[in-house]
Amino acid sequence: MKKGVLKEHMSTIILAGALLLLSFFSLFVGVIDVNLAGLAAGDSEQWLIFMASRLPRLLAILCTGMGMSVAGLIMQQLCMNKFVSPTTGATISSAEMGILLALLFMPNSTIWSRALFSFTTAILGTWIFVWFIQRIQFKDVVMVPLVGIMFGNVITGITNYFAYRYEMTQALSTWTVGHFSMVIRGRYELVYLVVPMLILAFIFANHFNIVGMGKDFSNNLGIHYNLVLFGGLTIAALITASVVVVVGSISYIGLIVPNLVAMFKGDKIRGTLPDVALFGAIFVLICDMIGRVVIAPYELPIELIIGILGSILFIGLLMYRLKHGRKAVRVGEFLRKQFGIRKMAEEGDGAK
Amino acid sequence: MFAKKLTKQYDGKTVVDGVSFEIPKRAVISMIGPNGAGKSTVLNILSRLIARDGGAVDFEGKDITQWKSRDLAKRLAILTQTNNIQMKLTVRELVTFGRFPYSGNHTTKEDEEIISQAIAYMELEEFEDRFIDELSGGQRQRAYIAMVIAQDTEYILLDEPTNNLDIYHATNMMKIVRRLCDELGKTVILVLHEINYAAFYSDYICAFKDGKIEKFGTVKEVMTKETLARIYNVDFEIMEIEGKPLSIYY
Repeated sequence: MKKGVLKEHMSTIILAGALLLLSFFSLFVGVIDVNLAGLAAGDSEQWLIFMASRLPRLLAILCTGMGMSVAGLIMQQLCMNKFVSPTTGATISSAEMGILLALLFMPNSTIWSRALFSFTTAILGTWIFVWFIQRIQFKDVVMVPLVGIMFGNVITGITNYFAYRYEMTQALSTWTVGHFSMVIRGRYELVYLVVPMLILAFIFANHFNIVGMGKDFSNNLGIHYNLVLFGGLTIAALITASVVVVVGSISYIGLIVPNLVAMFKGDKIRGTLPDVALFGAIFVLICDMIGRVVIAPYELPIELIIGILGSILFIGLLMYRLKHGRKAVRVGEFLRKQFGIRKMAEEGDGAK
Repeated sequence: MFAKKLTKQYDGKTVVDGVSFEIPKRAVISMIGPNGAGKSTVLNILSRLIARDGGAVDFEGKDITQWKSRDLAKRLAILTQTNNIQMKLTVRELVTFGRFPYSGNHTTKEDEEIISQAIAYMELEEFEDRFIDELSGGQRQRAYIAMVIAQDTEYILLDEPTNNLDIYHATNMMKIVRRLCDELGKTVILVLHEINYAAFYSDYICAFKDGKIEKFGTVKEVMTKETLARIYNVDFEIMEIEGKPLSIYY
C-alpha cells in the first residue's frame, strides 16, 4: 500500500524536486554577480541584492506560475471546456481595464487600490463571459475560446481607447506586457494573495470537479451549482488580477499547463492540482531564465518568451485535440504505462 | 412520495397538466408515453432538478423544495442523460462522488468500502482505474449506476437509462434495475421508451399522454390493447410470455 501511494505521487515528487533545483539555480542568475561564497562570507552588497531583488523575483515567479496555471485549471473545469483560461476567457483583459480605471480615477493610487479596481473588473468580466457562454450553449468546443478571445479584444480595445485619449498608453504598457524586472522588495507582496487562493482551490477541488460534470449532476449530489460556479470563477479571477497588478499580463500558462498535466494525470482536480501548480511554476521559471540570459546584460520581458513558446504549444495542442480528439488520452495512457507512473490495477491486487 | 396537481409550462405551452400520483415503495415504476407527453419533465420535477409551476411534491412528509439539497441527496438520486463524458475521471473517482453528500471532501474508510462494493456490484472491478471516456456506452452507464449505488439512497430516478444502448446492454440495464429493487430494496422510478421493457421489468406503469396521466396501475392493468392504443394511437396486440403481458405494435 505504501509503495502504491509513493508511486501515485511520483510525478509530484519529481516536479517538486525539479522546481527546488531550478529555484536555487535562478537565484544566482543575473547581471550583478551573486554567489554562494559571497553570501557565506557575509558580503553586504550581495546580501542586499539577494534579499531585495533575487528572492522577491523568485517568489513572484513561483506565485505567478502556480497561480495562473491553477486559475486556468479551475476555469477549464467549471466551463467544461479545455480551451478556456484567463487569456481566452477575458479575465486578463478585464484586469487590465481595472488598472486603467484606477490610473484614471485615482492618479495617486497605490498598488493596493489598483488591485481593488482590478479585482472587481476581472471578476465581473469573467462572470459576464461565462454567463454568456452558458446562455448560448455552443455545439463546437472551439467556439467558446474564440468568443472569449473576441470578448477580451473588445475589452482591450476599450481600454486602449481610453488610455490613448488620456495619454496613459505608456503607463499602461507596464501591465500589458508582463515582466519580472520591476519586482523588488516592497512592490510585489500583493502577489502573495495567490497563496490563500490556491489553498481555497485545493479545499474546494471536489466541488469544482462535480460542477464540471454538469448542472443536473451537481444538483443530484446536493451541490449548489451556480454558487460553486461563480465562486470558483471568482477565485480564478482574483488570482489572475493579483498577478496582473504586480507582474503584468502573462498569457498562455493557464491554458497549456493544465492541459499538458491532464493528458497524463486525468481530470481529478485533487490529484492534478499540485502537479499543475508545480509544473506552472517550472514553466515560468524556465521562461524567465531564458529571458534573462538571451540578451544579457539586458533582459527580455517574460511575456515575450512565454508568448512565443506558449503560442507554438497552443497551436500544437489545438491541432492535436482537433485531429485526434480522444486519442490524446491514449498517448497519456501509453506514456503512463511506459514510465509506470501509475499502474493501480496491479497494485490493487497486491494490496489485497 | 406523492405528487399533487403538478403543472409545468414552457413558453406558454403546458407540458405537465395537473398530474397527481403516489409512488409505492420498494417497487420499480416505469413512466411511458409518446414524445413530449411530459414524463421526463415530471421525473425532473420529482427530483427537484426542474422547478414546477404549480402543485406539490411530498417527500417523506415534507415538500421536496423544503429539503436541504444535500440531505435530499442522501435519500434520492437522479441520473439524467446529459452527463459530461469528456471529463477524464476514472471509474473509481466517479463512483467516489456518490459519497459526496455524506463525507464531502474527506472520504472515510467506510466510504471506500461502500465504493468498492458498488463497483463490485456493477462488476466494474477490472475497469476501476480506466477513464470513463474510454469505456463503451454500456460500461459507462454501469459506472454511473455504481455511483448512484454508492450514494446509497432509498429512491433512484433514472431518465431513459436504456437510451443509446444496444439490445444486449439495454436488457442488462433493465436486469440491474430489477436487482436494485429486489436485492437492495430501492424504489426505482424510470422513464422508458421501450414499452416491453417496462412491461417485463417493472411492478407499476405510469402512462402519460399530453401532459396528463392516462393510466397508473400494475403492469397487467396498464398493458391492455385499449389503453396502449389510446396512448400511442397505434394498433396493439398483447401476448403473454412468462406470465407477463408483452405488446406487439405495427
